[in-house]
Amino acid sequence: MTLTVFWIFGVIAMGSGLLCITRKNPIASALWLVVTLFALAALFVLLDAQFIAVLQVLVYAGAIMVLFLFVIMLLNLGRPGPTDIKGPLGLLGATVLAGALLLLLRPLGEAPLPAGIQLPPGTVATLQQQRGMVGSVATPLFDTYLVPFEIASVLLLAAIVGAVVLAKRKL
Amino acid sequence: MLLSPALAISAVLFTLGVAGVLLRRNAIVIFMCVELMLNAVNLTFVALAQSLGLGGQVFVFFVMAVAAAEAAVGLAIILAVYRHKQSVSLQNMNLLKDG
Repeated sequence: MTLTVFWIFGVIAMGSGLLCITRKNPIASALWLVVTLFALAALFVLLDAQFIAVLQVLVYAGAIMVLFLFVIMLLNLGRPGPTDIKGPLGLLGATVLAGALLLLLRPLGEAPLPAGIQLPPGTVATLQQQRGMVGSVATPLFDTYLVPFEIASVLLLAAIVGAVVLAKRKL
Repeated sequence: MLLSPALAISAVLFTLGVAGVLLRRNAIVIFMCVELMLNAVNLTFVALAQSLGLGGQVFVFFVMAVAAAEAAVGLAIILAVYRHKQSVSLQNMNLLKDG
């Protein structure tokens, strides 16, 4: 049952991803990408990552995609015009290269995990029951990964300043 | 066990992102394809976190933070280029090209 639901959302994600890269209108592309992101959030729930799923909807489908749509509409790119999709030669090249990449990536999914690094089954589920969905992610974030967390805050500050400097006509 | 289907879906989504980058000329659409690739990697992280520990879920946070920073700066660059060229097509971004 879970596997069926998982594949349903997986097919939705892959199908809307395909539509996202083939639609001529950038706004249609962006909206299909939003569908992909929502389907991915559903997959995260099925993979026992409820908190990450909520963040996916809030941050990705909410904030980042609104930023994309805002810029598309600011630059008035939604109007009909010549397509930006490359011709038959570009299509052939993209298909061949993407197919080769898929052939390379597929065996990785089938390879067994090394037994040495694998946790005993149920460890993550027990941890999530003990500390709750948010706590089980927050504890390592503010403990083991504290320094990367602080660096991420500096990165976001630099991004804010950089975006203002780049987008402003005259400081 | 959902690991194998998750990795399969992730591989397909990453490939779709790469195909989009190769296929399109619109800078904003290419940006969206990069986001698609980042999300495919996020799916891998979450799927492997089930058997390898919750560090994978923590790492998704960092990927999201970097993606947000990248989107903000990248879209600002696209805005600045649009002001000069009146276009976001990558064909027109050839200032550094010889001749």
